Amino acid sequence: MKLGFLVDLDLCMGCKGCEVACKVENEVPVGSWRLRVKYVDQGTFPDTSRTFTPLRCNHCESAPCERICPVSALHYLENGIVNIDSSRCIGCAGCIMACPYGAIYMDPETNTADKCTYCAHRIEGGLMPACVVACPVEANIFGDIEDPMSNISRYISKDKRVQVRKPEKNTKPKHFYVGGGQAQLNPLAAKREDGYTLFSNITHLKHIGGHH
Amino acid sequence: MHTETINHAIVTLDVALPGIVWGWMITLNLWAKSIATGTILVGGFLLARYSEDNLKGLKNILPVVAFIFLNIFLLFTLLDLHQPFRMINIFLHPHFTSAITVGAWMATVLTGIIAFMSFLVIIKKETDGIYNTLLKAAIVLAIPVTLYTAAIMGEASARELWQTPAELIQMALAAFVAGSATLAFFSGSWTKDAKRDLAIILAVSAFLSFIMYMGEYYLSFKSEEAEATLAYVQTGGAYHTLFWLGQVIGYILPFFIAIGAIRNGNGAMLKLAAILALIGLFIAKHVWLIIPQLLSLS
Repeated sequence: MKLGFLVDLDLCMGCKGCEVACKVENEVPVGSWRLRVKYVDQGTFPDTSRTFTPLRCNHCESAPCERICPVSALHYLENGIVNIDSSRCIGCAGCIMACPYGAIYMDPETNTADKCTYCAHRIEGGLMPACVVACPVEANIFGDIEDPMSNISRYISKDKRVQVRKPEKNTKPKHFYVGGGQAQLNPLAAKREDGYTLFSNITHLKHIGGHH
Repeated sequence: MHTETINHAIVTLDVALPGIVWGWMITLNLWAKSIATGTILVGGFLLARYSEDNLKGLKNILPVVAFIFLNIFLLFTLLDLHQPFRMINIFLHPHFTSAITVGAWMATVLTGIIAFMSFLVIIKKETDGIYNTLLKAAIVLAIPVTLYTAAIMGEASARELWQTPAELIQMALAAFVAGSATLAFFSGSWTKDAKRDLAIILAVSAFLSFIMYMGEYYLSFKSEEAEATLAYVQTGGAYHTLFWLGQVIGYILPFFIAIGAIRNGNGAMLKLAAILALIGLFIAKHVWLIIPQLLSLS
């Protein structure tokens, strides 16, 4: 079994329900995010459009964060999830430096690295990840990508637009997108100015290196 | 920081971005490590080339300086951790695919050897045989300890600017710059030939470091992310001035001043070159550490 995620960006309406569900389920501290939805606007008025892109850990098959972790706090589960053992983490931030997707953060309460685990604790109990349950339009599709009959496998085999973020990194992500373009998935393809954040007066997280 | 946007794409709502993850403490770590390992490598080379009479005090100074700077390096490595008391996990639960683990183990062994050498110096016993054996082991170990940070930077694969082969050479050159510069302060009573060798090592390693940086800064064909990072700095970004300050103070000036010291054997000139090289090395390393972290990854 290899668990994977697929987000149908054509369905996502940017309600941020998944974000909230994730924060509540995993008790993610204020200012930190395991999952977030990025809004990208394109075009010139009046021909403009807005797209929504949920971003979370990609649970790579060849995960740079797992490789660089000096104490195996980041480790693979048998179902393909890249899990994290916060009690072992020494807080070196190597994983934050290694993750090409910016998916790992330093928890300001535990002073350890943390990230999306595909709600491994819920999956162990036979439940779906919190973000999947919360999505009102079923844009988040989760399942076993090795099972050809699973919803996610059928999506991947049918839709030729399936892609991953930064394939050139050879991390073999197990998180897929349908319907997105470069502007959504490539951070360099969209202009980003300070101030366009959820809380406009907080542009950069301070609790990251911790000593600056 | 961005490259070509697609159809005027602009991020209109997102969460706050991460700040600088590895900051000045990691720079200090790199800098102190370069001094420690450089002192061992350059000092070891000089001791192999000249008799002890030509290098008065070097056998005493070498382990003491290396010990002090290895401990600064280790102290700030520890302080930079968010959970410093869990450092022990590197030894209890090592993960050997991580260059951080391998480096920590090697640095610990090297520090042990250097500590023992320092102890021998302090007790002033006739222990030349043991000292020389330990020095050989320290030289062998100083090479990977110097270089392992390049492997860490390579494993930090989100930061495309850091490519392992280039960083390996940069780390090695930094050790030679720092080692020769540090030993210059203790070379007052050395023979002219030994001082000349020191000046040559400083001049050549500073020159090659500068060439490496220029190659990486202007000539390499890198990924989209690294190009975006460099373009931001080149076009007057926050670290533009600091980058050039590091290059001028750390490499260009020491190169010319050390050349002058080679020509006229002026010890004061060599010391001036050494001071500039050590200051500039810190700045250059800091800029190169920070700039790829300015890039948004998502």
